[in-house]
Amino acid sequence: MALKFTEDHEWVLLEGNVATIGVSNYAQEQLGDVVFVEVPEVGSDLSKGDELAVVESVKAASEVYSPVSGAVVAVNGELEDAPTLVNEDPNGGGWFAKIEVSDPTEIDGLMDEDAYKTYIEGLD
Amino acid sequence: MSDPSATEKTILYDLHVELGAKMVPFAGYDMPVQYPDGILKEHLATRESAGLFDVSHMGQVVITGDSPAAAIEALIPGDIQALEAGDMRYSFLTNEKGGILDDLIVTRREHDLFVVVNAACKEQDIKLLTDGLAGKATVTELTDRALIALQGPKAVAILSSMAPEVASMSFMSYQEVTIDGAPCFVTRSGYTGEDGYEISIPNEQAVQLTRKLLDHEGVSAVGLGARDSLRLEAGLCLYGHDLTENTSPISAGLIWAISKRRREEGGFPGAAVIQAEIANKPKMKRVGLVPEGRAPAREHTEIADLDGNIIGEVTSGGFSPSLQMPIAMGYVPLAFAAVGTDINLIVRGKARPAKVVKMPFVEQRYYRD
Repeated sequence: MALKFTEDHEWVLLEGNVATIGVSNYAQEQLGDVVFVEVPEVGSDLSKGDELAVVESVKAASEVYSPVSGAVVAVNGELEDAPTLVNEDPNGGGWFAKIEVSDPTEIDGLMDEDAYKTYIEGLD
Repeated sequence: MSDPSATEKTILYDLHVELGAKMVPFAGYDMPVQYPDGILKEHLATRESAGLFDVSHMGQVVITGDSPAAAIEALIPGDIQALEAGDMRYSFLTNEKGGILDDLIVTRREHDLFVVVNAACKEQDIKLLTDGLAGKATVTELTDRALIALQGPKAVAILSSMAPEVASMSFMSYQEVTIDGAPCFVTRSGYTGEDGYEISIPNEQAVQLTRKLLDHEGVSAVGLGARDSLRLEAGLCLYGHDLTENTSPISAGLIWAISKRRREEGGFPGAAVIQAEIANKPKMKRVGLVPEGRAPAREHTEIADLDGNIIGEVTSGGFSPSLQMPIAMGYVPLAFAAVGTDINLIVRGKARPAKVVKMPFVEQRYYRD
């Protein structure tokens, strides 16, 4: 499976019915140095568009919204001691949470990597 | 206040863009918030080596007259008459309620006063000073000069390599120094808690001199982002946030900026209110706060007592790059102001434990001779 992206710069990786969610490299560059990430509680139910995480950079706090609906089955505990993983490895080690998706079709409408690249080029 | 939507440019604008700065509107100017290295690195570079800041958006004002030092004391509580030529003092313009209209630095020169005021307040300040000193002194804004700050432990070595006389300047002193052919006003001052200088340069020589300073090893260009975290670590107030027209200097912990003579004699706007606060203690006090955990408590975060009553508000808060933890300052009733007091900070609806701590958060390292 490949990463899919939202217009709000989250990415989703669906494996089976579990979606791993993080923010894009573009997003981490915009955020600047990340110093704290508030992740959701395991077990909480989120609807698409609900607040999934709060990323605090030196500058400001930014909300991250869930691109999918479902139950949080895991969160990235490493971010507690190493929030800079979001800057260093946004598409990998900097993931926030894993959600067991209740409606996999929600992912169909998201952008693939090429479409997202074109999208962010249009933003600058 | 200036119109925040109008964006003027400082003389160093093109240089910021060339250096890759991210520019943002600030106090009516397009200013660099950070350069490619990012806020954390710029901040730490200033603490470890030297940071160079463009503060040309601030107002530089000269006040001339028969006795400008005596005249300005009608508008500010600072003891300006006690200053020798070449000495400078932190003070503030007060209103009739004893609140602060702006904070400023007054330098007494041989024949006049040199005053630096905040960018966002400069139009208001110049009008206040002009009207308040009418008939006694003349107020002139220097629009033909840039202002930069070089801050950090290596600032003295770097600047004195170009102008040896700055090495012997004492903290909070002023000297006219020719640097690389430019006639500069140099003060040993700044707002980062570090040793350093502020340098006023004629516009036409500002870019060249700034480039020469940046060419020195160990000098980093620093933007508004790190400027804010540096002054917060140093426990210094930011006008419009920690200080407002409703904040008294006594609440803010700035009584040290009002000399014994001025406290006794008064003679500045709001003197009676401020004298009463000195005698009876203020209701609220500015304190340092350290939240548990890593979540920063930012400006306007509510401060609650342990029973859940809202008792105050954070006025500046963020993450300390030097200490690698969140820090904040805010106002609480006197009963909660003692160091060690447990309070809660309401961050995103959740009460998070925090403690009142001593400020500054990071030791100030001003030059003391």
